[in-house]
Parts: sequence; structure tokens; C-alpha cells
Amino acid sequence: MITALTGRDLAVKRGERLLFEGLDFDVRAGGAVVVTGPNGAGKTSLIRAVAGLIAPVQGRIGFHGPAGPIEPDEARRAGCHLIGHQDGLKGARAAREELLFWTRWTGGGAASAHRAAVLLGLERILPLEVRLLSAGQRRRLALARLIAAPRSLWLLDEPFVSLDGAARATLQEILRRHLEEGGMVFAASHEPLPVAAQILELGR
Amino acid sequence: MSAAGTLLARELRLVFARGGGPLLALGFFACVAAVLPLAVGPAPGKLALVAQGAAWTALALSMLLGLDRLFEPDLDDGALDLLALGPLPLAFVGAIKCLAQWLVNGAPLALAAPIVEVALGGPPRAAPMMLAAGALGSLAFAFVGGTGAALVVAARRGGLLIAVIVIPLIVPPVIFGGVAIDAYASGQPWAPALALLGAYALAAVALSPLAMGAACRNALG
Amino acid sequence: MISALVNPLRFMAFSRWAAPALGALAAALIVVGIALGAAAPPDYQQGETVRIMFVHVPAAWTAMFAYAALGSASFVFLVFRVALADAAARAAAPLGAGFTLMALITGSLWGRPMWGAWWVWDARLTSVLVLFLLFVGYLALRAAIEEEQRAARAGAILALVGLVNLPVIKFSVDWWNTLHQGESIFRAGGPTIAAVYLWPLFVMGAGFLAAFGALWLVRIRAEVWRRRAAGLALQAAADA
Repeated sequence: MITALTGRDLAVKRGERLLFEGLDFDVRAGGAVVVTGPNGAGKTSLIRAVAGLIAPVQGRIGFHGPAGPIEPDEARRAGCHLIGHQDGLKGARAAREELLFWTRWTGGGAASAHRAAVLLGLERILPLEVRLLSAGQRRRLALARLIAAPRSLWLLDEPFVSLDGAARATLQEILRRHLEEGGMVFAASHEPLPVAAQILELGR
Repeated sequence: MSAAGTLLARELRLVFARGGGPLLALGFFACVAAVLPLAVGPAPGKLALVAQGAAWTALALSMLLGLDRLFEPDLDDGALDLLALGPLPLAFVGAIKCLAQWLVNGAPLALAAPIVEVALGGPPRAAPMMLAAGALGSLAFAFVGGTGAALVVAARRGGLLIAVIVIPLIVPPVIFGGVAIDAYASGQPWAPALALLGAYALAAVALSPLAMGAACRNALG
Repeated sequence: MISALVNPLRFMAFSRWAAPALGALAAALIVVGIALGAAAPPDYQQGETVRIMFVHVPAAWTAMFAYAALGSASFVFLVFRVALADAAARAAAPLGAGFTLMALITGSLWGRPMWGAWWVWDARLTSVLVLFLLFVGYLALRAAIEEEQRAARAGAILALVGLVNLPVIKFSVDWWNTLHQGESIFRAGGPTIAAVYLWPLFVMGAGFLAAFGALWLVRIRAEVWRRRAAGLALQAAADA
């Protein structure tokens, strides 16, 4: 259980290019951060750095639990959900297989996977192969992981992309509930979140 | 189901889904075995001389098939990001992938090796050792091959590059297995060679996941 | 000394005089080695061809040393993240491939009159061939990955895997050779070799190692300059 996320004096490079430096942020339980900025400012890289997929060239990212600091790798393995540009779904596998696998991999079970599928209106598409789904359906399938397996820190990179109006409303509702329950959201989004969120602007 | 079991089940299905599971590797194995007599000539005496070695070499090469699809699809569709955020370290994920590669391709190839050897005119009494060396050798090839695949994945579309990297590294198990088969067929002490092959396979299982984990991190970052 | 190997500025100051000094040492040693080798009597078995050994064996030694250098530099780069260590690894690999190629060609030239064949699967030649393939694999992997940092780390991991494997490869090839080839062949560096041949061999070996060291330093310097130039070009593009 992660109850706080901190970034201190972060600098991230892609290739030889410095994206940003001296970045600080704090997220507490029930809080949200929205990262904004023009294309190429490093929004995705920042999210990937928090997920531990990119090593910052400077500064540190800290995770804290109720009992004090948590070792970052451990925190990421047990407490982080990532929704990236790519959804990690295999085209040749049935939607149900993929949902069940990612649910189990992130610590949920068949019952919670089913509940998530119902909430996101996925029941009818579960038997289909992923390659047959529309972009919006794939996105919803990926988002279903968030509720299927309980993890406290959600790292979301443009989570509203390719969702229609109804799905947007559902996602906003899901985010609101997650924060109410003491979860945290760290998102890059052009869309305002439905909750009070700290804005972190990159590339100024 | 434990996380490792869940992942193994997924990996087995994925290996099966590409190229019909062991069919591709077995087909390649059979093709190499069929081409050899066409190149060398059909004289039984001539073929028998190289039968064991040819079957063993063809098995080693067949294990390289499919390696280019071991990590690449997961990197391309973002699944490797999510695997990195799971309960098991990436080194362990790599090990499970290699284990699936061995179960789906290595074990059937080991079963087919005695048939290929006999079909090329080798002595039938070498068959049990073809099987044993095939099973242990393909385990070593799967793990060393997986290391090569994880390194090449950063290059994107590495393809044949994997073979160039992996083949020099698998010289020891190729030698140990070849010697074990030869010694067994000619009635000489074969145990040391088989023990060395087993030791190499175990060392590969124990050590290559470290390199795979580091290589996957590198490809992600 | 250590900081000279880690800090680029210190390294450049150190290598500025160390590279030519090593180069001069290498030239002197190789001249003396050639003179000693030419003065040595023809071998009763191999005749004049024994002199090829004075190039072949040192080249093989130097190639092994180059792989050890590549592996150690890669280790330092991976563990301590020293950028200069990656430059050193990158600089060592083509040199190592060159020395292995030299050992292979001279081995083949020696084999023609001795064995009556251009290539024989002798233990030493086979080990050197596998070593050559390891260098080729390293160079190919680095060349295939576009992003420099990523190529550097992947190459370093491969070099370490190769370094762990190298003793096993050497052992397995020697073992395989003794099983398949009963007759004993010329064992360079072995106890049976006469002192008249040992001296030129060692002097040439030291000369080759010094030559490798000099060329290595020059190549690392070139790599450091190349990186500075690339950094400046990027800077200029950003300012424009």
C-alpha cells in the first residue's frame, strides 16, 4: 500500500536530450497530479520514470507506506498500475484471456476481473480476439485492469484517448472513487480530471 | 494460481500461437535432416559418418528459431512495461519465457533427435543419448538463446543477429553433447561429457536470467 | 592512476603522453623481437616456418587480453556507470577483432606447410576462431542498436556474458581436441619449447601488448573527442 509519492530534483534525459530538470512533486493518499505540457516536454518519460522503466539522470523518486518509506522496486511491483500509450494486449488472444492474465499478474482474481468487465461494459466483447476490437474497446479492456486488481498508485498516460463520451464518464467516475478510497493518481492528460488535481507543467 | 504459474501458462500459449508451437522448429529440424543427404549423397556409409553430428547440429540450430519472437512482441505492444510492474523481477520473467521455449520447442526436438539420427543412417544404439543430450542441450540453448534474444530486442528486428551472438556462446554445450553422443555410440565412457553438459545447462539456467533481466531493463529504458 | 582512468580530463592528460610512449615501447620491442626471431635457428621439425609462431602466438595472446580488457571495461561501465569505461570497451573491440584475425591468418599460413592444409581444427586455432566470432557478435550488436546509451549497455552485458563463457569455451575446445586428436602438436608456451624460441616469443608478446595498449589509448581518445564533438553539435543545434 503506497500512501505517498515524492519526486525531488528530478532530471530525465532521452538519448542526449535533457527533457526537464529540478522537478519536484508530492502526492498524498487521495491526491492527484496532472502533468501537462507541449509535445516532447517529457510527460510520458516522467510517467515511465515514476514506473521505474527509465532511470532519472538526477534526483530521486520516493514511495511511502503507512509504516514509512518503501523500497521503490517493491512499491512498483505491488502498488503501481500503469496505463501507457500501448495497452500491452496481444491481438491473437481472446479479450477474456488477456484481462484475466493481467488481472492475476497484478494481484487480482477472476471475480474482480469479471466485476471490472461489467463496470466497463465489456461482457459482450470478452470472447472476441483482441485484434477484432476497436481502439476504444481495447482502451476499456486495458483500463479494466485498474479496478480488477487493487493497487493504490495509478500511473496514467493520456487515459482518455480514444474513449467515447459514455466511457469518459465511466472513467471519471472510476477515478473519483479511487481517490475517495485513498488511492493516488499520477496522470498525463489534456483533459481536466474530475477532481482537484495539482498541475505539474513541463517544458516552460 | 501463483504469479509464476500464471505467467508460464501465458508464455506457453504465446509460444504455441506463433508457428504452431513445436511445428516450426520440428519442421526446420526435419528439413535440415532431409537436405543433408541431398548435399552429401545418399551412400549410407558416408551419411552414417556424420549422422550423429548432423542431427546434433541441426537440433542446436532449430532451437534458435522463434528466439526473435521471445521478447520482441512484448516490447512492441507495451506488455514488457506491465510485466516489469508485476510481482516477479524481469530476470524471473525471462527465465519463465525460456522455460516455455524449452517445453514447447526443446522437448519435442529432443524426442525427434533419435529419429533424425537413425534416419540419417546413424547407429540406433546412439538413440538414448541423442534423447538425453537433446533434452539437456536444448535447455542450455533455450536459456543462452534467450539471453541473446533479450540483448538484441533493443536493436528491433534483430532476426539473424541473435544467431551471430548466440552461436559462439553455445560452443561448450555443442561440444559436450557431441562428445557424449559420440562416446556413447562407440562404447566409450560418456558420463563425464554428459555431466559437463548437465552442469553447463544448470549454470545457464541459473545465470542467464540475470543477463536477461538487465537486457530487458535496457531495452525498456 | 585510478582517477586518470575514470575522469575524462585526467585521462586525456595522461594518455596524451602515455599513448606515444607505449607506441615507442611497442616499436622497440617488436624490432628486438623480430631480430631475435630472425636469429633463432630453424626448428628441426618445422624448419623456417617456426618463425610464423613469433607473430601468431603473440597475436593470439593479445586478442585474449583485448577480450579481457573489453570485459573489464564493460564491468566497470555497468557497475559504476563510468562513461569513459564504455569508450574503452568500444575502442577495444575492433582492435581485438583485428588481433584475432591476425592470429587466424598467421595460423593458417603456418598450417599449410606443417599440416598440409590451410585450416586444421586444432585447439588453439579453434579457440581463436570462437574468440573472433565473439568480437564479431559484440560489434554487430553495438552496430545494430541506434541509441548510444542503449547500445553501450547491451554491448556491456554481452561482453560480460562472453567473459564468463570464455574460460568454459577454452576448456571445452581443448578437451574436445585432445579427445579427437591423439597426436601432440606444437604447444607454444608449453614447457617443451626451447629457450631460443621462448625469448623472441616473449619479447614479441610484450611488444604486441604494448602496441595494443598504444592503439587502445589512441582509440579511446578518438572516442572521447567524437563524443565531445557530438555534444557540441547538439548544443549548437539547440542554440540555433
